[in-house]
Amino acid sequence: MTPERIRRIGRGALSLAVVAALYEAVARSGLFPAVLLPTLPVVARTLFATCADGTMPMHALYTLERVLIGGALAVAAGLPLGILMGRYRAVEGFCLPLASALMPIPSLAWVPVFILWFGLGNTVAILIVFYAALFPMLLNTWSGVRAVNPLWLRAASAMGADETALFWKVMIPAASPFIITGLRQAFLRAWIAVVGAEMLAASDWGLGWVIFDAKEFLNADVMLAALAVIGAIGFAFERLAFGALERATVLRWGMVRSAKG
Amino acid sequence: MADALSASAPATTTTTTTDSGERWRAIARTAFPFIVVGGAWDIVAHLGLFPPRLFPTLEDVAATFVHLTVTGILPHHVLDTLVRLILGFALAGLAGVGLGIAMARSRLVEDLALPLVSIGAPIPGIAYAPLFLLWFGLGSVSAVLLVAFVSAFPIVFNTWTGVKAVKEIWVRSAQAMGADQRRLFVKVILPGALPYILTGLRLGLAQAWRILVGVEMLAAVPWGLGWLIFGAREFLATDVMLAGIVVIALLGLALEKLVFARLERFTVVRWGMMT
Repeated sequence: MTPERIRRIGRGALSLAVVAALYEAVARSGLFPAVLLPTLPVVARTLFATCADGTMPMHALYTLERVLIGGALAVAAGLPLGILMGRYRAVEGFCLPLASALMPIPSLAWVPVFILWFGLGNTVAILIVFYAALFPMLLNTWSGVRAVNPLWLRAASAMGADETALFWKVMIPAASPFIITGLRQAFLRAWIAVVGAEMLAASDWGLGWVIFDAKEFLNADVMLAALAVIGAIGFAFERLAFGALERATVLRWGMVRSAKG
Repeated sequence: MADALSASAPATTTTTTTDSGERWRAIARTAFPFIVVGGAWDIVAHLGLFPPRLFPTLEDVAATFVHLTVTGILPHHVLDTLVRLILGFALAGLAGVGLGIAMARSRLVEDLALPLVSIGAPIPGIAYAPLFLLWFGLGSVSAVLLVAFVSAFPIVFNTWTGVKAVKEIWVRSAQAMGADQRRLFVKVILPGALPYILTGLRLGLAQAWRILVGVEMLAAVPWGLGWLIFGAREFLATDVMLAGIVVIALLGLALEKLVFARLERFTVVRWGMMT
């Protein structure tokens, strides 16, 4: 560890400690009602208690299930369609205007419509996740396939690669940095969408529902605990899952350099 | 996502410049998928497979749209939403660009603020909504503050990256030519970082737009597009919802295409920072 890094971590920890202390001081000063601004030990105790009795992990599991199903559907639809759009002009000409028109609509705007069509519950949340994750997946795959260096394609065909080999050995690896970026953005969008959908389409389980439900009972400690869990899961996915995916694919193939510190 | 939009724009504009026949063909090509999808929707709606309340025909949606516009209800909703968006986004822009520049220029600020920003950023903005509602009450104040808070993150990150990415050689040559701190900042660092800052503002605005629609549903504001859609649920008024969604889509497109594309053309493209 370089001294530069130690200094950075030290200062980072210091700033977190200062902010925590400030928060604690304000919370204890009694300027605001204690229900609205719980002290950190209270939040920590709530977090621990809800984890220990299994409710918080259960909520997290429900939320993760919705994200994974919706995300898997979005990948299953967006990846092939994006590849087709990149390869065939007709598909591109048909799908691109539709995608550009639908993309600026926030996924949460569909929640009331989907509630009317499919009732409260899981279906709405999964469909909202699907909608949110579809466009990053679709558009990144599309640009990835279009950005494949034509020289590589010609070189591969000159060396006698057939369509299948061309597709699997050249096209997919070349487009993979874009596809992985798409997956990453899709997950981030899905993670936002699922929390919102759970709040609006109340369904008894899920981290978004916990936060929204806690509002009714003025349980700010439960809210902050759920926020911490949401942040931790999002962070873990972003850093661990996608970092590992990147190392196993594009970094190993030398498509991108590991510039990140 | 922004790349896709800007990538699609030149593809259509370059083909339209040659002559009017080409232009009409391009418009027809863009309109064709909408006609197909709209036609399919209308056929399903007319077949009566689903209750017409839940699956209205396009004529009904259009009639509702016209009715709401003429009576002034829709413009009022749009206006309130836009005011919230502009207030929240302006707050986010001021705070975000300021903090981003401070973080890039001072190592102390960077070390202090970066951990906080990195912890706050991965939490979905809408998750803060109930907390803001508890702290600031139902209504517009919570909505504006939440929009500002959430859209500040991409602005801070991009400004920070942009200022750090200004070429060292530009800074040194300006200093060698005798520029003082203030001129260095205004004439070199700010223009140099502007492409990044604009990207950050663009991402921030997209984020603000997405959050605003959601928070309007939760915050029980009397006017606003999010509330228009969510309130229509009580009356099974699917036509009102779809009309609202069309307006949301049009506004989103307009913000992206008109505001930012133009801003970019007048600044960074003209200065030759970007093509």
